[in-house]
Amino acid sequence: MSDLIHASAVELAAQIANKTVSAVEVAQAHLDRIAEVDGRVNAFLYVDGDGALEQARAVDHAVASGQTLSPLAGVPLALKDVLTQTGVPTTAGSKILEGWRPPYDATVVERLRDAGVVILGKTNMDEFAMGSSTENSAYGPTHNPWDLERIPGGSSGGSAAAVSAYEAPLAIGTDTGGSIRQPAAVTGIVGAKPTYGAVSRYGLVAFSSSLDQAGPFARTVVDTALLHSVIAGHDPRDSTSIKEAVPDVVGAAKSADVSKMRIGVVRELSGEGYQPGVQARFDEAVELLRAQGAEIIEISCPSFTYALGAYYLIAPSECSSNLARFDAMRFGLRTDDNGELSAEDVMRHTRAAGFGPEVKRRIILGTYALSSGYYDAYYGQAQKVRTLITRDFEAAWASVDVLISPTTPTEPFRIGERVNDPVAMYKADLCTLPSSLYGGPAISVPIGLGDENLPVGLQVMAPVMADDQVYRVASAVEKALAQQWGGLLLDQAVAL
Amino acid sequence: MSAISRDDVAHLASLARIELTEQELNDYAGQLDVILTAVASISEVAADDIPPTTHAVPVVNVFREDVVTPSLDRDSVLDHAPAAEDGRFRVPRILDEE
Repeated sequence: MSDLIHASAVELAAQIANKTVSAVEVAQAHLDRIAEVDGRVNAFLYVDGDGALEQARAVDHAVASGQTLSPLAGVPLALKDVLTQTGVPTTAGSKILEGWRPPYDATVVERLRDAGVVILGKTNMDEFAMGSSTENSAYGPTHNPWDLERIPGGSSGGSAAAVSAYEAPLAIGTDTGGSIRQPAAVTGIVGAKPTYGAVSRYGLVAFSSSLDQAGPFARTVVDTALLHSVIAGHDPRDSTSIKEAVPDVVGAAKSADVSKMRIGVVRELSGEGYQPGVQARFDEAVELLRAQGAEIIEISCPSFTYALGAYYLIAPSECSSNLARFDAMRFGLRTDDNGELSAEDVMRHTRAAGFGPEVKRRIILGTYALSSGYYDAYYGQAQKVRTLITRDFEAAWASVDVLISPTTPTEPFRIGERVNDPVAMYKADLCTLPSSLYGGPAISVPIGLGDENLPVGLQVMAPVMADDQVYRVASAVEKALAQQWGGLLLDQAVAL
Repeated sequence: MSAISRDDVAHLASLARIELTEQELNDYAGQLDVILTAVASISEVAADDIPPTTHAVPVVNVFREDVVTPSLDRDSVLDHAPAAEDGRFRVPRILDEE
């Protein structure tokens, strides 16, 4: 394996800028790696070799002509297939969008292009981002590079696996209830959900609009922060986009200073249902933070217990409305248009053929929760619980700067283990749901291996627009553990 | 909270414009029941005086300047329509024949 695929984004950008290596060589090394391992991992739905090399050549021209480069110019990236990119297909992991080539770039893609980031291809995901294992993809599951029999998490499992398998140093995912943080945790890498509204949703195929947020994956905290700073910022094309300046996440990641920080341990995110190995690594991480001068305070957030119930009513409700746009009339699949069937029947047949089982299940559930007679008991009540969860966070901020918990209750389960048990599957998101409902930033950083020798992550949550704080804490943990391990957790994985 | 029957699922599927098979109707009835039981705990929360949160970040009335800007190119949009004719989307019949 070439050193180029193991290098961090920071190292690659520096080598490209000082002409030690060309962006084309870096892109080619990663395309070769994809060709070598992706048959086993299935992280990518589409590899855009020509497009990647063309973008890389443009960066090399810029270097040759002495232009000032962005901090990630020439660094390759894997893009979750839920963001539109012109020139290549966008499927959102669904048959209903098979072959669709969007006529416009997502704002995230536009920002990546402007920064000279080289997009290698589109990554696998649970259909329309509904899932926690990437098994709900219409194009087959992605495999966890640590153990190919295990799930890579979801819904951004392809993006996480691509970074973990050294197919790309950077990736973009989206997180609605944990879809960046949970895959990052179980594949042993770093993943962050920015504050809701910090990254534009323009060009992001909508699942649950009040929760959906795109964010970065990388193998180090500083790389993750750099990608965050490239994609975040106000966008007039997204009415929920935040106008305030993006916090200095890169500076915070580089400082890694947690002395005198007040860090809250959430009492409700531990105990029954949490694997002993997960709990043990978490407890060790708490001690590492204490040793670096942080003050550790136990915090109770009683409404977090209801996050799962609230989320699995709010998200399906919003999805049942959002996915109405797949009507077989303007884009995507149309089946059985035989001249006999009416438009409504063609719609029914197309949606039956184009949507997978979990998407249908959630549309039906959401339709139920929004229907008259049930609205107040389900959707209305869930929105009130959302208020209570937000109040728990706000009460916590009176005494602590950040909250921490394990990212997931367990290590990654086996592919197939939970597919017929939706509720067991939903519990993979237990720890990540509260900050999704609240809207604040959260990150997952590797903290070791659990009982089954598979990765365990630490989640750090912060107040709205205090994204810098989650990077500061994650970086402190990463630094302390790097001293113990002599490198990253990923160095302990068996090479593919 | 009430149990969901096969007929309830059939009605919901009709509202959601999804043709479900007999197998799916029966499977979903059972699964939705399990899911609704799992989320039922939220009804324990006494929340009469709690306002609902519809959105994580409160934003009200975001306006842009009322100026004409280019929209997507018609041909590039119709290129990926399931069927197009004379620069328009072609759709199946929407009215009964009689």
